[in-house]
Amino acid sequence: MDVLDLSRLQFTVTTIYHFFFVPLSLGLTVLVAIMHTAYARTGKEEYKRMTKFWGKLLVINFAMGVVTGIVMEFQFGMNWSEYARFMGDIFGAPLAIEALMAFFLESTFLGVWIFGWNKLPKGLHALSIWMVALGTNISALWILIANSFMQQPVGYKLVQYTLPNGEVANRVEMKDFLAIVTNPNIFVQYPHVLSGGMVTAAFFVMGISAYHLLRKNENTTIFKRSFQMASIYGAVGIFIVLVGGHDQAQHMVEAQPMKMAAAEALWDNEDPASMSLFTIGDEKNREDVFAIRLPSLLSILAYNDSTAEVKGINDLQAEYEEKYGEGDYVPPVGVSYWSFRIMVGAGFLMLGILIFALYLNFEGQVERYRRFLKFLLPAMALPYLANASGWILAEVGRQPWIVFGLQKTADAVSPNISTGTVWFSLIVFTLIYGALAAVDIYLLRKYATQDAGDEIIPMPKETLTPVQQGAFSGD
Amino acid sequence: MDIDLNTIWFTLIAVLFSGFFLLEGFDYGVGILLPFLAKHDAERRMMINTIGPFWDGNEVWMITAGGAMFAAFPNWYATMFSGFYLALTLMLSALILRGVAFEFRSKDKYPQWRRFWDGAIFFGSAVPALLWGVAVANIVKGVPINGRMAYTGDFFDLLNVYTLLGGLVTFFMFLLHGAIFLNLKTDGVIRERAHETAKRVWVPTTAVVVAFVALSYSQTDIFEQLGVNPGITALGAGVALVAAGGFIFKRQHGWAFLMTALTILLTVVTVFRGLYPRVMVSSLNSKFSLTIYNASSSDYTLKVMTVVALTFVPIVLLYQGWTYWVFRKRITTETHLEY
Repeated sequence: MDVLDLSRLQFTVTTIYHFFFVPLSLGLTVLVAIMHTAYARTGKEEYKRMTKFWGKLLVINFAMGVVTGIVMEFQFGMNWSEYARFMGDIFGAPLAIEALMAFFLESTFLGVWIFGWNKLPKGLHALSIWMVALGTNISALWILIANSFMQQPVGYKLVQYTLPNGEVANRVEMKDFLAIVTNPNIFVQYPHVLSGGMVTAAFFVMGISAYHLLRKNENTTIFKRSFQMASIYGAVGIFIVLVGGHDQAQHMVEAQPMKMAAAEALWDNEDPASMSLFTIGDEKNREDVFAIRLPSLLSILAYNDSTAEVKGINDLQAEYEEKYGEGDYVPPVGVSYWSFRIMVGAGFLMLGILIFALYLNFEGQVERYRRFLKFLLPAMALPYLANASGWILAEVGRQPWIVFGLQKTADAVSPNISTGTVWFSLIVFTLIYGALAAVDIYLLRKYATQDAGDEIIPMPKETLTPVQQGAFSGD
Repeated sequence: MDIDLNTIWFTLIAVLFSGFFLLEGFDYGVGILLPFLAKHDAERRMMINTIGPFWDGNEVWMITAGGAMFAAFPNWYATMFSGFYLALTLMLSALILRGVAFEFRSKDKYPQWRRFWDGAIFFGSAVPALLWGVAVANIVKGVPINGRMAYTGDFFDLLNVYTLLGGLVTFFMFLLHGAIFLNLKTDGVIRERAHETAKRVWVPTTAVVVAFVALSYSQTDIFEQLGVNPGITALGAGVALVAAGGFIFKRQHGWAFLMTALTILLTVVTVFRGLYPRVMVSSLNSKFSLTIYNASSSDYTLKVMTVVALTFVPIVLLYQGWTYWVFRKRITTETHLEY
């Protein structure tokens, strides 16, 4: 493997790993903030216990998200320096704004929230977790604005500049900040990611609540209440996920038809286009080995029109060669195709589960459906599967481009790092991430299966009398 | 005087790094002192709680400085991050372990568990404290950067007497800053030990600073840049460090903290003044040095980012300042450490 392959692998590992934690933080902070607000308003002990129980799990998850996020910021420069040079004028801005608007907010107020019990008035304390929720969700907005440019460059100009040695290099520069912020892609991507976070949090809370509801010997009130809240929250989430996902797919046909064609394993233009139900393809020769396709369905999904033409891989390849010069413009079809199906499949399965969970709330006897509750435990993996495969489709489906139409991934890698170096960092990060995954799961399990209560770590008491002393006076 | 956008951004990045070293400086110091000043679990928890609500917000100053470099000087960001690759891998490993350690260490009761995470806090604080000094010393001294703005050396080219001494400077400076901070935030035995530590650390800190400044004469062009009289910032930094010593011995740690804060601030300002208008010095050819002009973003982007920064930095300062006010009380073993 060369530096490019290794850097790609490292980006895959570190990004997917980072995004294991992000959606839960996005969704669960809001849910905990709602619980905390309920406590602040009613003063009911039950809401306080809910807040603390889920809050503890949130903090563990949040820490993982934060530390793996630092790697993300650094590696754009470490492994992808040519990308940083080419894109910095545009990509750096949302990243810096994210730090200024969001990272400060979430990290500062998370500290306030964790240490603020009994120190702040109830209302103000609840406000601090809302600030964290606001911070994480603003953070997602800015990083997606940055990503949207990679999917669909807008508001830029291509310029040349001279390097110190006299050579001329290209880069993109910002022409219209507003256009970049209001990239059409962000309007379909942001709701999808945000609601994905809601669903992730909902399944997390429902799954753990189910565990407690299945145990008979404990007070289940707070878990019944949590289950109820999560199912409603998740139902709203999954609705936005699916509607938003559909919008996104329609947008993708326009903005990145190749990604759509790959996701559907549609080799040639079709009019009307069929949708693949199941395809085993031969990627090299670009043909189906075995396929079941539903006639006209893709045209309907893509254009709301049963007779619309959808472009196929071969035709797009020819089109792109004409436009961008010789080269292979076809992304890995198998990966795109299957990640798309896993995402959509998991999405619809979650829809079914959430509808049933909502029904159980109305019925009021959740704990009697033990088989369903048992099923909810492994079902906690579904949103993670959907989140990861969604991003795999978004990023792999864009290849060979790192910035669609402007820069290829192969041209973005740092020219001055060696395979040995990248091997080293890849191994180090993988080892640390692997070990931390084990620790994270151990801790989540430990706290998730604990009965809800005021979990206070006991402090050994010592006899020490505090000395009153002013900081600015000697003694 | 006509100040251009590039200079404004150079200044803003200096501000961000000042904030970072000033704030994260003392929490690195506390982390380094953790295994030495606390004799048992409750004391360790006490020490950690002095920075518990703050460390993450402090670290964001670094993240923001990185983001700002990317936005305002993409070529600086690209050259430095790809050039210092292995050092940054090490730093990232340290920061990852440190960050989770704060949240994880008290979440289980086994002594080995806690000892491990306490070790991670130490490692995660000591390594960046050293590496930042090494990095800054390299930037000032100059590293092999070619005409295409790429760093052409390897990891070991970054390590030499001068840069390692730079590492010791930040390490000791943060150690001193942290010991003084502990004096302000704790009571009882920890405070007593922190006071003793501050007294003992001040001398070697001053010694490495003096050695580093002396070596900077031969190793860098910073004095050519600043002139024979290096100006009020450099002299001020020196005076503040000496004054800090005086206040420590008089047990006036509030003043001592102000003085180490001043030393750190003025040192950052001096380094940036010495670099200006360069952001990274090339040891191969002075023409290849990265400057605020050849490394920068377009005027348009800088303008947009100026508006954003001037709006949000004050807001951040307000609410971060507020958190220091909320958690201003000293932590004692009597404090209910719910965490």
